[in-house]
Amino acid sequence: MSNTASLSKKASPFQVAVFLVPLLFALVLIYFGVTEYVVGRADSGSFWLTLGMVTLVFSVYWIYQTRKRILKLMSVEMQPLSTTLQCRKCGLKNVREFQRGDFVFKQTDQACPKDNEKMMISAIYREVKEKEKGREEANP
Amino acid sequence: MLTLPTLPITAQGIFPTGDNVLGWVFQIIFLGIFVVFMFYGQRIQMMIMVREVEGSLYKLKFMRDEARKTAINNIKELGKLEGDPTAQIDRFLEYFAISPVELDPSGVIWRLEHLLDVRDVRFKDDVKLMAPKADETQINNLENMLEAALALNIIYKVIRHYYLLGKKTLSLYIIMQLQMILPLIMREAEAYASAQKAFTLGQPIGDGAGALVAAKLMQNHEKTKVEKDVVVAQVPIEGRTAYVLKAEGPGGNVGKPGEAIKQIIEQNEGRVSLAIVIDAGLKLEGERTGEVAEGIGVAIGGPEVEKYKVEEAALKHKVPVNAIIIKEDVGDAVSPMRKEIVDAIDNVIDRVKRIILERTKAGDSVIIAGIGNTIGIGQ
Repeated sequence: MSNTASLSKKASPFQVAVFLVPLLFALVLIYFGVTEYVVGRADSGSFWLTLGMVTLVFSVYWIYQTRKRILKLMSVEMQPLSTTLQCRKCGLKNVREFQRGDFVFKQTDQACPKDNEKMMISAIYREVKEKEKGREEANP
Repeated sequence: MLTLPTLPITAQGIFPTGDNVLGWVFQIIFLGIFVVFMFYGQRIQMMIMVREVEGSLYKLKFMRDEARKTAINNIKELGKLEGDPTAQIDRFLEYFAISPVELDPSGVIWRLEHLLDVRDVRFKDDVKLMAPKADETQINNLENMLEAALALNIIYKVIRHYYLLGKKTLSLYIIMQLQMILPLIMREAEAYASAQKAFTLGQPIGDGAGALVAAKLMQNHEKTKVEKDVVVAQVPIEGRTAYVLKAEGPGGNVGKPGEAIKQIIEQNEGRVSLAIVIDAGLKLEGERTGEVAEGIGVAIGGPEVEKYKVEEAALKHKVPVNAIIIKEDVGDAVSPMRKEIVDAIDNVIDRVKRIILERTKAGDSVIIAGIGNTIGIGQ
């Protein structure tokens, strides 16, 4: 069972062009900088190189952020669910992944390894990630 | 090979002095930006907001489409229908219910109840037509799943309406209101998307916390079906007779707990010492999920018809009504039950026993009602 539902979306030629233009521009600036250095004009060379590098960093960051945003927009996270089976007689608990057809207080066919009694589903729950829980508890 | 003129770049070079061309260029650019922002600042701000709303709208559309797809696949799988149910599902996703007239408030509760009953019967009949081979539990779950898809469809359409209206009228205020309320709407939509998955697989949801308490209390006791989709068990607790009730599970169901409580009070000719209503309650930001709180009143959410019935019966027979709530946010209420909520159940049972001991005498009758959607919770 997949934990995320996502949409594969191909970028349009326009989007590719929008992302490529600043990248190409950065590369041209770096090329100018290198050329200037080669011919011995260090001042001018360092200016174009700095400009080129800054443009390159910003374009890559922009592409990364845009991609992250799109992926976030196009996915709905689903957390895995656990089913707790419990023996009515000895109280032994067994936790497994949720299966279709499980419901709380359902008598299952699974036998208790201790006393061979049929086990019952005592709980079905999802556990929230520690990060999210920590954020909840960190408040004043 | 491309060559560039060698530029004497210095800090002074960007200020317009004498024949410094670069300085003049920067000055003109600066003035240009100033003028553009002076005349078009608001429009630029609006364009940024429109883009933000557009991003959320894409996500809402994605969630709506996924929900529709899930509904179609599940109905095909469970219903084993020979034809294609897509047209019926699309029709279902456009259903609406018109609320009764409130201008004359007399009898509005009964009119509302009638409308809700009609809606419920109509939904169930439609699901039965779509999935003729599904059993009662599956029909209840499919109905809940379709209702979640319907909610997502409505949210998407309303947000799209205001987005397009804002764009069409170029009204900053429409777009601004939309952008401000959007984070809350997105949270709700994400909760519905998560709920749909839970309904599809028959998983218990946070709203079923009250039902889970009642189910735990009525374990190993004989249950009888009373009012529409509600089961009751007589459970001896601390020397008192407790009528424990919940909606009949494990299908997605809320039943009519108000009507059931009213019937039990009337059957006992009003000799009920205490009624305890247990439900999931909305937590405030900063509160912990699964926190338990006690209070007074009828803790039944929804369209308030059931709440009204309990209040009326309790008033008539002077039955004190206590409430216990298990706190969770709106997202948790409609998504698969969190461990913190499951862990709070024993705490609630202890509180129920304590309230009974404090407020009633041995031999008294009490009502314990577990409210909420009982999907994934048997009895």
